[in-house]
Amino acid sequence: MEKPVSAAGHKVPGSVAQVGVVMRYSFLDYLRSRRFVILLVITFIIGGLLTGVIGYYRPAGFLGSPLSFLSSWWGLSVTLITVLSGIFFGGDAISGEFQNKTGYFTLPNPIRRSSVYVGKWLSAFTASSIILFIFTAMTLANAFYYFPGMSIPWQFGESLLFAWLYLVGVLGFTFFFSSLFKSSSYSILITAILFLFAFNLIDTIVSAFAQVEPWFSITYGSQIIGNVLTTPYPDHITKVAAGFGPRAGAATFTSYNVTIPEGLAIIGIYFLITAALGLILFERKEFN
Amino acid sequence: MTSPTIEAVNLSKTYGSFTALSNLNLRIEGAKCVGFLGPNGAGKTTTLKIFTDLIRQSSGEALINGNNVHTHKKAALASVGTVIETPEIYPSLTPNEALGMIAAIRGIPPFERKKRIEDVIVEVGMQEWASKRVGKFSKGMKQRICIASALLSDPTIVLLDEPTTGLDPRGMSEVRDIVKSLKKKDRLIFMSSHILSEVADVCDEVAMIDHGKLLVYDTLPNVTAKFAGGANIVEVELIRPIDVSVLERSVAAIQGVVSVERKDDKNLRIKCSGGLEIQEKVLSDLVRLNIGVVSYKPASSALEESYLNLIKDTL
Repeated sequence: MEKPVSAAGHKVPGSVAQVGVVMRYSFLDYLRSRRFVILLVITFIIGGLLTGVIGYYRPAGFLGSPLSFLSSWWGLSVTLITVLSGIFFGGDAISGEFQNKTGYFTLPNPIRRSSVYVGKWLSAFTASSIILFIFTAMTLANAFYYFPGMSIPWQFGESLLFAWLYLVGVLGFTFFFSSLFKSSSYSILITAILFLFAFNLIDTIVSAFAQVEPWFSITYGSQIIGNVLTTPYPDHITKVAAGFGPRAGAATFTSYNVTIPEGLAIIGIYFLITAALGLILFERKEFN
Repeated sequence: MTSPTIEAVNLSKTYGSFTALSNLNLRIEGAKCVGFLGPNGAGKTTTLKIFTDLIRQSSGEALINGNNVHTHKKAALASVGTVIETPEIYPSLTPNEALGMIAAIRGIPPFERKKRIEDVIVEVGMQEWASKRVGKFSKGMKQRICIASALLSDPTIVLLDEPTTGLDPRGMSEVRDIVKSLKKKDRLIFMSSHILSEVADVCDEVAMIDHGKLLVYDTLPNVTAKFAGGANIVEVELIRPIDVSVLERSVAAIQGVVSVERKDDKNLRIKCSGGLEIQEKVLSDLVRLNIGVVSYKPASSALEESYLNLIKDTL
């Protein structure tokens, strides 16, 4: 289709080029924002605390092998860093356009809303990736300190890739909630509650008490990030006998470990569905 | 080049049972400045938001240069500059960067961009602030940057929604001057406002709307001739109390005076039968009566009279 031309003779760029423009400038805005600095500080605090505690106590569980070190360090904290990045950069990315009225500056221009949505998503993903890779660098620096000359286990590369994919899913989800509300604080609060408490709680209740695999939960899918660092990979279903005294062994508790294909599918489906829904909501939402 | 056009065809917008806009039919064509008037909640901002695709109409069409704003947004808004409500700019960006983003979105080529941004920043008087971050700017400064962004692509149509709202008197005057300067460049300016003096000062034509319905669209002289009742009101302040008999016998008898209202013993409200020439004659006659005139000022303009007559009728 022919591109529209303004009266001054300027050809309005295609939607893909406009995605790039929005991405570039909103990334610049993220990079200079206070929240980027705060997240950077949180990342350094988490990294610093782990460095200090391990350096002081030297726990055997951490220092057995490079893989066990990475499993304990990385598995303990990377999902938190990922979720925090998603909340910080995605939580109000779209609702802010309404509440802060920045949408009144960008949208009454020859640009589709979808270009703004995708552009902002990409900039949030880039900013979050920077945080994730800074934490990765801190993790590896510590690993090389305790295991000089080690070669990075392939499982760590896989886990990093899964964490990155999880970031994609988390950002899809946070953008969806951000499109759902016009208030930034609501969208941030709800995504924070869901990712930091609600999903984990649901996973535990459903698997431990209802004895049903929580295949519908993104945090269950994210277990692949830590599980891949465990050798051998944990069994999909583990049954543990429970009970006391004469009833010992009468009850069984079932715990589930997500398989890699299952985890990837959960994260991927979450992203596809929430990204599409978020985009539809943003297209339909009115500035009133 | 065809002349710029904006057109509302049976445009309606409802929110549940509330009708914000009801079958608005309005076609504005050519380089001119049109004031869009109406009380709060009349449907002015709703109309402008539909024309910028910030909200969707419930029925009807909003066309800019023949392009449907909702279905062909990019073509419709390619030659349009807008300032709707009081937009905010990403706080960490500088005016240069924020305008750079809009310039890139609008397809202004990189080699033209810098010069064009400089020009519009000078036009709104923000050159000293061009490299400072927007986050700390006052509302007036942000409004100027938004006006600059509206002018960036040298649009043939400019849509402004109460552009002076929230500004201090100096800011209002400066924005008014900017709007006046826009008229010099053969543009169609469609501006909503509450400030009638501003519209009378800047606009060639007026469209009045109330309860979502268009009441009138015509040139300013035609509207005032039809709806101001051919009268203008002046308020007169006297240094000493005036006797009722003098008022009825002498003041009411002055040629050009339609009626006299005594607000109190030192203040009168005189309805004149015409514009400035008749008012000047009435003033000379009042002075000749030696009743102690110390102040003589218009109580309302012809546009205000027209507005009040039209809006009153729809209440």
